[in-house]
Amino acid sequence: MAENSMITLKIDGVQVSVLEGTTILKAAKDNGILIPTLCDLEGLTPYGGCRLCLVEVTGSPKLFPACTTPANSGMEVTTNSERLKSYRKMTIQLLMAERVHMCAVCVANDHCELQALANQLGVNHVVLERHFTREPIDSSHDFLVIDRNRCILCLRCVRVCDKIEGVHTLDLKNRSKDTEVIMDLDESWGNSCSCTGCRKCAKVCPVGAIYIEGEAITQTKHRDVAEFITARRNNR
Amino acid sequence: MTTEDIRRAQLERVLKKNNYQKSALLEILHSAQEIYGYLDQNLLVDIAGSLNLPPSHVYGVVTFYSYFKMRKPGQHIVTACLGTACYVKGVKQIIEAIEEEFNLKVGGSTADGKLSLSLTRCIGACAMAPAVVLDDQVIGKATKEIVIERIRNVLAGERDESV
Repeated sequence: MAENSMITLKIDGVQVSVLEGTTILKAAKDNGILIPTLCDLEGLTPYGGCRLCLVEVTGSPKLFPACTTPANSGMEVTTNSERLKSYRKMTIQLLMAERVHMCAVCVANDHCELQALANQLGVNHVVLERHFTREPIDSSHDFLVIDRNRCILCLRCVRVCDKIEGVHTLDLKNRSKDTEVIMDLDESWGNSCSCTGCRKCAKVCPVGAIYIEGEAITQTKHRDVAEFITARRNNR
Repeated sequence: MTTEDIRRAQLERVLKKNNYQKSALLEILHSAQEIYGYLDQNLLVDIAGSLNLPPSHVYGVVTFYSYFKMRKPGQHIVTACLGTACYVKGVKQIIEAIEEEFNLKVGGSTADGKLSLSLTRCIGACAMAPAVVLDDQVIGKATKEIVIERIRNVLAGERDESV
């Protein structure tokens, strides 16, 4: 199979041509169709965790995560049906209900991907009972702060720490509702010996879970840092 | 050779057998827990180092599976079944009674390290609900009085003859 052969597929009725191996999400994005996503970030390995990019493929009753499904020749993809819209709204509400998402008191207010997506999809209330988690905020690091109550477990920080920075300080512990981002052996951030303080986790965090103390959020968020570094590495 | 040296050698053998492969992490952790009884933090750092894996990853795997224990278990272990049948039949009261009587918490041990209490999902003895496992013996149709007495007997060093 030639690596760089082109394939054609239909996304929302539009005929598009992409390189073989491209994910549906990327194929859509390159052709001006934006599929909502919170965990996917250009430059990082696809993870398929947030389930917001689910799309319909004609001929299959299943929904496919666009970020991890490679585009196939002749595929007919629907990205924005009524069914998908209602699922996405529910997913946003589940994310909101899982922990504490209070925009008014959040550092990332107005620069939050979850908030932006909720607005875009018209989620103006949460029908589920919210879990108000009470995780202590870890501000033991010199300048990085993590508030796990705002975390949506997109794993961007974990992936950027592993793939881009290459130290893998961050990972997850436990499972289901007790899942938390940890540093090394669940130490406080200040005690973590492997953290290089590169700030990339704060830059890519879609919400206000990881931020830099005393720095304006507008200066912190550079979510294309992973894309930039990966592109530079590949061009070497 | 001290016990520690022997255990170390056993672990080293397991590591070698698995060729220090990252993908064998789960198997190595299983063996390590068999050898040491539980996985403490220093051990995790050692294993991570030997396999060239990030410690946070190893920690994540260990906490993901309830099988792995990070605290030294007590000499005797009492495990309460939390399956639906046992739950309905009131295993909760038994757990609370044990906690109160022996002054320990679920997942922890008594101060003298003699007894630890853990929970498990269905053990498949639903007909005998509520079921409590003491060391390797199942106490069926348990009541708090029976369980506490049996635990007392075991702690007093008597062999459990009532089965």
